[in-house]
Order: sequence, then structure tokens, then C-alpha cells
Amino acid sequence: MSYTKRIDGRKFNETRPISAKTGVIKNADGSASFTIGNTTAYAAVYGPRNLYPKFLQNPSTGILRCNYNMMPFSGMGDRVRPGPSRRSKEISMVTQKALLPVLDLKDFPNAVVDVFIELVETDAGSRCAGICAASMALADAGVKMRDLVVAVSVGKVDDKVVVDLDYNEEAYKDGPVADIPLAIIPSTGEISLLQMDGEVTKEELIEALSEGQKIVAELYEVQKNALKERYSSKTVQE
Amino acid sequence: MNNNSKMNNDSKNHLIKSLEKGIRFDGRKLTDYRKVVVETGVSKNAEGSARVKFGDTEVVAGVKMMMEKPYPDTPEQGVIMVNAEFLPMASPEFESGPPGIDSIELSRVVDRGIRESKAIDLKKLCLKKGEKVWMVSIDICTINADGNLLDASALAALAALQNARFPEYVDDEVNYKKHTDEKLPMDKLPLPVTIHKIGNFFIVDPSREEEHGVEARLTITSTEKGIICALQKGGATLTNDEVAQMLELALEKSTELRKYF
Repeated sequence: MSYTKRIDGRKFNETRPISAKTGVIKNADGSASFTIGNTTAYAAVYGPRNLYPKFLQNPSTGILRCNYNMMPFSGMGDRVRPGPSRRSKEISMVTQKALLPVLDLKDFPNAVVDVFIELVETDAGSRCAGICAASMALADAGVKMRDLVVAVSVGKVDDKVVVDLDYNEEAYKDGPVADIPLAIIPSTGEISLLQMDGEVTKEELIEALSEGQKIVAELYEVQKNALKERYSSKTVQE
Repeated sequence: MNNNSKMNNDSKNHLIKSLEKGIRFDGRKLTDYRKVVVETGVSKNAEGSARVKFGDTEVVAGVKMMMEKPYPDTPEQGVIMVNAEFLPMASPEFESGPPGIDSIELSRVVDRGIRESKAIDLKKLCLKKGEKVWMVSIDICTINADGNLLDASALAALAALQNARFPEYVDDEVNYKKHTDEKLPMDKLPLPVTIHKIGNFFIVDPSREEEHGVEARLTITSTEKGIICALQKGGATLTNDEVAQMLELALEKSTELRKYF
């Protein structure tokens, strides 16, 4: 068997339709939404603000705290019970590690920047959508950053290397599947998040990573445009 | 001045002076809603979903349906459950952690309206007596909290319920990937309207700022026939007269909100 055509008809190196917006949550210091196919993430940034309890404070720099959460009705299948799970805690942690390399919080000792990521609907790739939204929200909040962070999943379905797997592809039964969530700092190409589950050969993995690097520019444009749109004179007047 | 609210005295005086002139901080009249936007089908995996905006207040509600065993005391009835998540994303005043009293109260008031009006025929949710019934869970998540979360949440919950379609159920398994055309057996719209009292004035749809100045509130849930099916008072005391005035206003406003369905 060979995977000749993707289930939803996309090209192997094509992502699902992407859209993004910033300034979607008025109460937050910065916010963004990021949609890729049927996966939609909201991110809100609060801070830098005081951090309590005090023992968490770091006198040499501000810290970044990320919280990834799926809305109870957002999952494929059963209702997701509200509150943190082992999965959501791990994703929160890797999200924080993915974003931290572009941030400079030295000007805010003892403070915290809180990033809340909420998934309204999910169809695979939710941690990547969350990271894309979060990096835009941080930029929207005016936190000092070296670059945005772009995240997308790459991987393999049967014998083909593909970009941006959806749920049906992750659940493909007729051959091996590998899902590789990836976060990349566009200006340097550095990888700040790399995970994988499934089965893949060394050659396929290398190929998947280079496909990931190629698709980054496309997502980066969407993120930058969403930020520019918010601060163009037309939207400010609204 | 007798200030029973969270607002400081100066702001409160200023607010009351403004209300005396019949105008609110954002230019609305006392009984005006902010711009209301209702959008359905916002989360594809949910059986039903809706987004509601009252000005800058925004909530999303989603309906999930599961096949469960009924409660022993109601073996022929399906189950409905309302839950609200005050996500810390929505306001600097909200914190992570288990649901606080405000979100519990909100979900219970929304639940009560739907349950007590018998808007959903729970018997029709029963597939096999004592063994299989649909459990309909309604989750409300806040996106941005700028006052009047309760009315916005209830509207979102109702819109999501109306938007819901049963998933396919074959061979004792729910197939969430396929939805039927079948809607929930729902024939009433129990819509809550909360009337807020500031000084001697009654307002609807307060912003977060105005909410801090509120002394008392009364949530009145009514159906399209004007039958009142749930009440919830909050804050300071109210007189009989005041309750009567609030009822009148709430019924009038609920008709106005019904046009979004």
C-alpha cells in the first residue's frame, strides 16, 4: 500500500487553511487567535505582573508561565473533563520551553508573564496552533522578543512525508504514521520544540524536518500580517 | 451615601449622577443592551456550539452528548448538565483552579432555567429504560469578561442547544464523526434577564465597571409565553415593589433578546 492521495485532498507539503487575528481579548495585555483547518487556539497574555507565591520569583529575570487547556467540548470524541490533565500539563511545559528562547524578560525581575492558551476546537496540531497564537499574543503585548515562534506538525503517513497532519491522518490504519510537532524560530531556523510519536526512519525524519523548515515562511507571513493589521491606522480608529 | 457595592464612593456618586440624567458611562440608556452578536457552529467537534458577544463580553458554549446509564431515581430520563469555566484568559480577576463560587452560581442558574421550564423533554433522551440515556452536557467558557456574563452565557447555552444535532449511534457506540439531522427535543426558550439595581435605578447588561457599582440584582428566567421558571437574587435587599418593577422590565427585555433566535 502506498499513500498516494491525502484523505482531504491536500498536496503532501500543503497545510490546511490558516487564519490569524490579534487583539481578540480586550481584557488581556496581548491576545491572538490562530486557526489551522478545524483547530482553533486563543491565546491571552497577562503581564509582566507580580508573581505570587513569592518563592516562585526569580530576582534576576521575569519568568514565563504557560497554560494549555482544551475547552470541554473541543475534542474529537468524548467531552474533555475540565481542569489540568497529565497531557495538558506536559503541553504547557513544552510550550513554555518553545517560547522562552525568543523572549527577554530580564527587565522584569520577580515578575511573571502569564500565557493562557485555550482550544475552542481541535483536529490535531493543537499544541502547534497554541504556540503560534501565543507568540503572536506575546508580540501583541509588547514583550521584548527576538522573533516570533512558528509551530507546525510534520510527519509521515504510510510511505509519504507530509505537513500538518489532521486527525484522520494521525489515525491512519493502513500503514505506519509519525506525528512530529515542531516549533521553529524563523529568523535563525532554530528548533525550539521537537516531539514525535509513531514510527519513522532516520531518512524520513530528516526529510520531514526539512519540509517543516520550508513551510515556516508561509505561517510566519500569516502571523506578521495579523500583527500588522492590528496596528494599521484603519483598525486603530475602530 | 449608603454604598453597598465594590465601587469606591466617588465613582459611585459619579455613576448615580449620570444615571439620574438617564445616561450611562458608555452612552447607553439605562435599559439598553450593548451590541449583541450570536454566532452558531463555532466548534466543529461539539454536537452544538455558539459564540455570544454583548459588547466586549464574549463567551463560547458547546454541547456534547454522551450515552450513559440514567440515575437510579429517573430511569426513563436523559441527563442535562451545565458547567461554566471562568477561564483566566478572560479577565485578570479570574484565577486558575477549581470553579469558584461565581462560576458555580452562574452554571446553576443557567441549568435551573433549562431544567425547570422543561425546555428539553428528558424522556425523549431515553433509549433503554434504566440502561441507556443521552447525557447532554453544556459547557460555557469565557473568552473576555466585561460584565453580564450570566445573560450572555445563558444565551450562548440556548443557542448551542438549538444548534446541536445528535451524533450517530450504531452498535452501542457513539460515532462522533457523523451527525444526524436530528435536533434536541427542545420546545421552549427559557431566557434569563438580569436586572441590576444601582441607587434607585434599574439597569440591564452592565459593563464590568458598572457591575462593581451594583447593589442588588435579580435574574429572571422566562419562556416565550411569559412563564417565569427561575429566579436568583444577589446582593442587597429588595422590596416587593422593586421586585415587581424588575419583573416587568425583565419580561420586556426577554422579548427583545428573543429576536436573536
